[in-house]
Amino acid sequence: MKPMLKPALAPYVLISPFLLLFLVFGLFPIVFSFVLMFHMWDPVQGLASMEYVGLENITFAIEDPLVWTSLGNTLWMALASGLPQHLVAIPLAYLINEKMGRWRNAAMGAYFLPYITSTVAIAIMFSTLFSTDYGMVNAALAEMAKWPLLTAVLPAENIDWLGSPEAIKPVVSAVVFWRYLGFNVILYVAAMQSIPRDLYEAARMDGAKSWQQFFFITLPQLKPIMFFGVTLTVIGGLQLFEEPFILTGGKGGPEYAGMTTAMYMYRTAFDFNDFGLASAISWMLFVIILIMTVITNKAFKSKEGQA
Amino acid sequence: MAQKTTIIVAAFPAVDEIVKASLQEWQKKNPNVEVKVVGREYADHHTAMTTALATATGLPDVMTIEYGYLGRFAQSGGLEDLDKSPYKLSQYATKMVPYAMAQGRSASHGQVAVPTDIGPGAMFYRNDVLAKAKVKESDLTQSWESFIESGLKIKQATGAHLVAHARDVKDIVIRTGIPEGEGVYFDAQGKSVIETSPRFKRAFEVAQKIRVQGLDGKINAWSNEWGEALKRGTVTVQMMGAWLGGHLQNWLAPNTSGLWRSTALPERIATSWGGTFYAIPKKAVNKDLAWSLVQHLTLNSRQQQMAFEKFNAFPALIEAQNGDFFNQPVSFLGGQKARLEWKQTASQIKPTMVFKNDSVAEEIVNAELDLVLNKNKPIDQALKDAHRLVQRRASR
Repeated sequence: MKPMLKPALAPYVLISPFLLLFLVFGLFPIVFSFVLMFHMWDPVQGLASMEYVGLENITFAIEDPLVWTSLGNTLWMALASGLPQHLVAIPLAYLINEKMGRWRNAAMGAYFLPYITSTVAIAIMFSTLFSTDYGMVNAALAEMAKWPLLTAVLPAENIDWLGSPEAIKPVVSAVVFWRYLGFNVILYVAAMQSIPRDLYEAARMDGAKSWQQFFFITLPQLKPIMFFGVTLTVIGGLQLFEEPFILTGGKGGPEYAGMTTAMYMYRTAFDFNDFGLASAISWMLFVIILIMTVITNKAFKSKEGQA
Repeated sequence: MAQKTTIIVAAFPAVDEIVKASLQEWQKKNPNVEVKVVGREYADHHTAMTTALATATGLPDVMTIEYGYLGRFAQSGGLEDLDKSPYKLSQYATKMVPYAMAQGRSASHGQVAVPTDIGPGAMFYRNDVLAKAKVKESDLTQSWESFIESGLKIKQATGAHLVAHARDVKDIVIRTGIPEGEGVYFDAQGKSVIETSPRFKRAFEVAQKIRVQGLDGKINAWSNEWGEALKRGTVTVQMMGAWLGGHLQNWLAPNTSGLWRSTALPERIATSWGGTFYAIPKKAVNKDLAWSLVQHLTLNSRQQQMAFEKFNAFPALIEAQNGDFFNQPVSFLGGQKARLEWKQTASQIKPTMVFKNDSVAEEIVNAELDLVLNKNKPIDQALKDAHRLVQRRASR
């Protein structure tokens, strides 16, 4: 039978669905936002209203105090949610992998559940939990404050978790940590399972204890996956959007304390109708993410060199 | 048989329901027209309309616009001037509440939108809490000073907060006594008046007083806390559009029937909250039919009354503000004939100009107020900073 496609043509036809989708939904927006960065554009006035302004959007963004506030918030929350993710996920994965036996998959599933739950459901749940007057967190704190030793430490009044600039960042970070911990646990468990068992056997024969096995075999062997996991966390943390957006009602919270750069970019475009400035902010964010990723890369590389 | 024409109406809740409920009668006169109502959530709808105007594709024949987006959409140049032929809305102009008509007008593009429902401002208060604290209604409305004093009495007697958030009070004071031709934040030339207008200084001062005395619950409207506070009576007063009465009754606090009353805002300020408008995009396909439907929705007294009775949409059409429904006592408000009072407020509201940067300005002013309330930032400095930031945006 004669093939319907010429062999020389077949690969291109087969790859075309992806390529078309990528061009329309991937490449075009990137190129368009790059072009927009140099234009003033109020979208409701139509495409014809685009006006070339050179570097004005970029200088405006760099001098915009809100850009810097939002960047500060983003870094704060990326660090506060990102670092614990790995510091907790690695020992937790070790525990699950070594000690849980047949409950291992169930435990991994339980930790992974938040990752696949809808953000909206999560945000509703947490805004109920952190409600000032009727939330379970404050109710629990109030109950604990009655205990003799804790009275001095715990606040006497309900904490305004979502309404005070001091509390909003920790709350958002906690939610993000809770949400992505399971993903990292899975990553590390999978990596641990690929570490050859004979390394551990040899160590045990030499009399290595459990913690020694963890520190001298597991940890060094995890380095490549740590690099992968940390890179994802850095990128994800700097693009933080959904959780703070929903927890602060889309506005950024009091004194903008919960507004991330991605949120500010979105608001600049869709609430303030300034797409040129929003594009400039998005490219600024891209450059920062790029730099941070390179730094992460360097950090892991140099350690590998020493090892 | 003639071919059916389809026209598209894009709307958000509950305007989409109102349009659907009004269709039957209109279609009697237009049997060959099918009307497709595309309903989206409030923010999604306006984002979709922004994109439609940007690309001039997917534009509906009738576009619903909420007041908060009107400033941006009115200046787009993508909407028909309804004063011009063939629409000639100006001949009906006197039939509409004047301030709402003015809101739909853009200096450079004419009458780009026609109002359908309005939100005359009202002060809802808990009668039972007032009685307990021996505070009279007139104490609340007389002046901001007596308003705050009443709040102190209420707090002492019942422990309830006077208002949900000090910001709500600021929002009313900055809308008091806006000179004709000016907007809330900008003068006729589009320059920020935040630093120079006494409205802002006074608003910040009153809000600060309320916070310092512990009279606000630091609760944002539409949050869980807010709903609970309204249900439990821990917030005494809520100032908003008259439509809040319907929300309280239907879902916010149905258990409090008979406990609420409605009155004028402090110092009897007449101002408005929100409002809905219809517009016809220049690139719409069936403009004639769209206009016929818009007329049916906005100039037909029966339709306007139906929207009020069923969906709490206060009519922008003046002749629809008469009739039995307005004279009926509202049982949720303890048998008050509140609708008549709202109608009176509506007639007193002065038109204010809307500007493209209103939403940025509001945002910046709110953030500075946060700093005043939470961090004791000096008010003059806060207004100066707000002015600088707004001006920076506006002069782009």
